[in-house]
Amino acid sequence: MAKDRQVETTGVMGWIDARFPLTPMIKDHLTEYYAPKNFNFWYFFGSLALLVLVIQILTGIFLVMNYKPDGATAFGSVEYIMRDVPYGWLVRYMHSTGASAFFVVVYLHMFRGLIYGSYRKPRELLWIFGCAIFLCLMAEAFMGYLLPWGQMSYWGAQVIVNLFSAIPFIGPDLSLLIRGDYVVSDATLNRFFSFHVIAIPLVLLGLVAAHILALHEVGSNNPDGIEIKAKKDALGRPLDGIPFHPYYTVHDIMGVAGFLLVFSAVVFFAPEMGGYFLEYNNFIPADPLKTPPHIAPVWYFTPFYSVLRATTEDFLLYWMIPFLIFYAFLVFTTVRGARTKILNLAGVLALIGGFFIIDAKFWGVVAMGASVLILAGLPWLDQSPARSIRYRPDWHKYVYAVFIIAFVILGYFGVQPPSPIANLIAKVCTLIYFAFFVLMPWWSTMGQPKPVPDRVVFEAH
Amino acid sequence: MNIFMRLAARLAFGALVLTQTPVHAAGSDFPLDRFPTSKLTEQAALQEGAKLFVNYCLGCHSAQYMRYNRLRDIGLTDDQIKRNLLFSAEKVGEGMKIAMRVEDAKSWFGGQPPDLSVIARARSSHEGTGSDWIYTYLRAYYRDSTRPTGWNNALFHNVGMPNVLWELQGSRGVVIEDVHAAKGEAAKNAPKGSFVKASVSFDEAGLRSEAKETLAGPAKEGKQYMLGKPQGGNLSPAQFDDAMANLTAYITYMSDPSAIERKRLGVWVMLYLCGFFVLAWWLNKTYWKDIK
Repeated sequence: MAKDRQVETTGVMGWIDARFPLTPMIKDHLTEYYAPKNFNFWYFFGSLALLVLVIQILTGIFLVMNYKPDGATAFGSVEYIMRDVPYGWLVRYMHSTGASAFFVVVYLHMFRGLIYGSYRKPRELLWIFGCAIFLCLMAEAFMGYLLPWGQMSYWGAQVIVNLFSAIPFIGPDLSLLIRGDYVVSDATLNRFFSFHVIAIPLVLLGLVAAHILALHEVGSNNPDGIEIKAKKDALGRPLDGIPFHPYYTVHDIMGVAGFLLVFSAVVFFAPEMGGYFLEYNNFIPADPLKTPPHIAPVWYFTPFYSVLRATTEDFLLYWMIPFLIFYAFLVFTTVRGARTKILNLAGVLALIGGFFIIDAKFWGVVAMGASVLILAGLPWLDQSPARSIRYRPDWHKYVYAVFIIAFVILGYFGVQPPSPIANLIAKVCTLIYFAFFVLMPWWSTMGQPKPVPDRVVFEAH
Repeated sequence: MNIFMRLAARLAFGALVLTQTPVHAAGSDFPLDRFPTSKLTEQAALQEGAKLFVNYCLGCHSAQYMRYNRLRDIGLTDDQIKRNLLFSAEKVGEGMKIAMRVEDAKSWFGGQPPDLSVIARARSSHEGTGSDWIYTYLRAYYRDSTRPTGWNNALFHNVGMPNVLWELQGSRGVVIEDVHAAKGEAAKNAPKGSFVKASVSFDEAGLRSEAKETLAGPAKEGKQYMLGKPQGGNLSPAQFDDAMANLTAYITYMSDPSAIERKRLGVWVMLYLCGFFVLAWWLNKTYWKDIK
């Protein structure tokens, strides 16, 4: 018989520790995981995102007990849950509010990363996992929205899945594969149900685990953008770090309490949120023969939907081409490596050529995808010597402000029907959105950063 | 983080201002009346509304997700439901389904009358709540002999639904004024930049007449429906409005039966969470005293 493993703990814990690394895990991730002590309001949203994920999974489990994923009975089964299942209305409202809450929390969580440079080295992989979570979240929400089988569910899915048919060569077959039919139908509902309930949640759970492991490997960033592991005490603990448990566990409990106050206020008093969380049109059962006068995605997709709508032929020819030429000029005059110059120039020429050859509809889809994927490039686009916005030149704050305003305006126009003035503003904001990222290697290095302190700025409270 | 807090406050204010801007609902230029929401908590109003619904609406419209025995919510016993309201089903636990077939509905009315289970939620828009829409719709009928049913509706133009409540309201006509900039033929004969008012009138028998008038100066463009006073109904206009408010209250309740319990429970949940937040904040403060 092999020699028994020696562990420090005794009793039940000792029995478990001899067979499973429970105490080492508790130490590494909770009681001896050191997080910076200067976290502020923006640092609540990671734990809140995890809370909302748990809420969605738990409420989802109970919804699936009564939901019927069939075109003829789906709408009725949701009404059955709302009326005849005890507290079914509460579970349904928690799930629908949770979906919107997830995006509010995740957008604020990403905003924190943006302003404090949390994506910078050595946290690039953490950021990339986060972008992958964001993509999966969008797919999950999109597929979940089809399930109530209302008018907006059906027609929103019809519009978005048809976008894939704009891809040259493989487009129509790809759309057929996604839909399972030539139009959105019962086949689509069944496969979206499978993806929404099993496939994507499993991927999301894996990605969230990877996200947290990647974070714990390098340690958290903080509002001052300095590495707390640079200054340690005699026992190897960061001077500006505090153990996650109990300090941040009680801190996050307070955050959860505040979040639940807002969340419950919505669930119990305004679950429809003026038609933005539960759209009015979705209380009409899906009718393939009746197109709604105004099809718009749910509010959290609207900025990217605006980018799609703004990408028309004249946007490509008269706005994007001059911008690409300007970009090529910048690369040519400032970049040193010949290979980089040539690759960039070739890319720009290929794009410009593509604008003339392939339909603007395809480029709209590309622009919409690019507007999400470009976030993943931030660790390499941001070349500022100062990580956190606190120590960047003051005018950088205005650049971020303009970017946020452009993003919000794009979101606003995404819910409105198109109009000449709306289209023009959307084009301007789309250009601002892309320019923020594409020109970041240049503007992030401009200006004089402020001296970065070597210890965190913290006031005892 | 001062600049971000200020920016966030400005954005929130801006967003709030923008949401107040009315979005023109497609196909409607008739302003919505406000439904008296106090009716939603009056049991007598809801019961009267249920009676009107079962007698006037349930012939063509189903409300399949509403079970008859749910009417216990508004103070009716199973026995009362069975004796007075159970027309389209055998058992009190069944939903309010109807016997009309889809094919028959299409040939008689041009389309299937929609199920009304969640109609008050479906008809909401930025112009007003679904209850406002229904309340206005039920009271906006006028005589129109050019339509197959002999009636038309100022809110829902060329609606296929007949005016089932005509005996209660009576008959009335309308004057529809359409003011627009002079175009085409009218522009040739009139001075430049003038406006034309086209009036279409229907009298109490539904007979149509037209008139056109060139206006002296600039005018506000748009369509206006001036409904006449109803004549010959069993109820006076005020009584009819009250009856329609009761019916709308019932339809609103039917669209979201859990609303009252939801709000009642919500108050307790918020009170509990306030207390929980205070305790959580205190716990946090106590631990963080150690951190210098």
